[in-house]
Amino acid sequence: MVLNEPRLRIEDLSYGYPGNVVGRHVSFSVGAGEVLCLLGRNGEGKSTLFKTILGLLPPRAGVVRVDGGLTTGWSVRRRALTFGYVPQTGGGAFPFTVAELVLMGRTAHRGPFSAPSIADRRAADEAIATLGIGHLAQREWLRVSGGERQLALVARALAQEPRILVLDEPTASLDFGNQVRVLEAIRSLAESRGLTVLLSTHHPEQAFACADRVAVLAGGELLEIGPPVEVITSDTLRRCYAVEVAVLPVANDRHRVCVPRSYLS
Amino acid sequence: MLLLATAISLGPYQLAPGDLLAFLIAKATGAASPLSAPAEAVVLRIRLPRVFAATAVGAALASSGAAYQSLFRNPLVSPDILGVSAGAAFGAVVGIFLSLPVLAIEVAAFAGGIAAVTIVYGIATAIRGRDAALILVLAGVVIGALFGAGVGLLKYLADPYNQLPAITFWLLGSLAAANLRDLTSLLPAVAIGLMLLALLRWRIDVMTLGDEEAAALGVNTRLLRVVVIAAATLMTSAAVAASGIIGWVGLVVPHLARLLIGPAFTRLLPVSVLFGAGYLLAVDTVARTLGTVELPLGVLTAVIGTPVFLWLLAFSRRAAWS
Repeated sequence: MVLNEPRLRIEDLSYGYPGNVVGRHVSFSVGAGEVLCLLGRNGEGKSTLFKTILGLLPPRAGVVRVDGGLTTGWSVRRRALTFGYVPQTGGGAFPFTVAELVLMGRTAHRGPFSAPSIADRRAADEAIATLGIGHLAQREWLRVSGGERQLALVARALAQEPRILVLDEPTASLDFGNQVRVLEAIRSLAESRGLTVLLSTHHPEQAFACADRVAVLAGGELLEIGPPVEVITSDTLRRCYAVEVAVLPVANDRHRVCVPRSYLS
Repeated sequence: MLLLATAISLGPYQLAPGDLLAFLIAKATGAASPLSAPAEAVVLRIRLPRVFAATAVGAALASSGAAYQSLFRNPLVSPDILGVSAGAAFGAVVGIFLSLPVLAIEVAAFAGGIAAVTIVYGIATAIRGRDAALILVLAGVVIGALFGAGVGLLKYLADPYNQLPAITFWLLGSLAAANLRDLTSLLPAVAIGLMLLALLRWRIDVMTLGDEEAAALGVNTRLLRVVVIAAATLMTSAAVAASGIIGWVGLVVPHLARLLIGPAFTRLLPVSVLFGAGYLLAVDTVARTLGTVELPLGVLTAVIGTPVFLWLLAFSRRAAWS
């Protein structure tokens, strides 16, 4: 480990599929305990970027570094011990219980033939307790609500004990209360455990609530990156989403509300 | 165990349960056999091999069905629906047609089974983006039909006095000809397959999440898929080589087991093995004792399996995934 190297560093990364590169020359870094929120319109390739960082897709160009070291050529297991991933839709279609699903987060911690150890079960139980979903543990995964599923997937990623947590639109299918709860959980995990968090969202306001910095993708390139109050402006949102939005102050300095201008007239 | 003893006792040559017990004790202690010589011959040469073959084939088909279902994330697939049985049958028929030795027939069956599942999976992967579960099933049916046509061609070309009756009777699914030599090739194949699946049971659960998610959790998906498919196909091929195509066991038994005890492979595998073995043993015993003429086993499992599966399909509480 190189001193003063950020936990995660993306260097000149191009990502996409063979014959269809969706993003080019993206560079940024995220430190330990820092939350970076990614904004960008539909089809901008946020999920593709995440999958490339996770090593699920090969980079078209550029590299990903963790603590200064290249992740190129890492084994699947080493990646899983470093990155926890919460996919947009996951969990499969088989009726596992929530507890069984969270326990799967421990896969990388044991050999291919081993059964989960007591330590594995304890880590899974802890993750379930941290997310406050103990009452769901024995329920069937397919029979809990969308928000509860999302919490279970976050718990699974937590049971993985990663250094970097990647969440692909973790609040997409949640009601308002669950959105707030998931974001608060993410924020407190970053603070209490020094987790590096990378998440994407379609709600710019969420970036104020949970992120230290915001990165905005537009046209396959990194448009801006910086603290939410500096990056999320009318100008940036127009260039990103092609709508006129007023970014209005609230009682504290950290937060803003985003209202489409057409609503205000 | 009770089912085993009953199955050994029943048949044209009836044995009293007490006699069987006495015989087994005598064999174990080395004392003189209480059974007459013909009775002993029936038990050792005919009943025992057949009963063990039924148990092994049932266990093999049910557990490979469970493995395919988890691996392909599709509760509607089974060795027969994926075309593996037809592929293995084609391989075995080629072996019989060329008058190859038993071991070579088994290898040919395995090669046919692997070829079928590879082609089917290849097709399902190539046609992405649509209903993946449906495409997999349809590809299996189509490829199964193709291998079936290959079997038909070989039957047409086969020697009608010698090879054709053997092929036809065997294809219907029967354990009538099961002997000790069949067991020596069937049992090790089933044991190896079961052992691999048992060792990988936790990873197989993770595979039901899909490739990307499984990889993100640290599973080498490509390697695991190859190993699990090889293990399941080995068992299916060995079962087909020993007893022809016995349908429905690999579909209905794991499906039923999953309804009863959930999808976790740690529990699904042993329950599938027990149910599959018990079910096929019971059906085989019925097949050879019900009438004066023995019924083909494959016919009977289909007659039982079809309504059971339709019932599962219609009334399954967990139908959300089908």
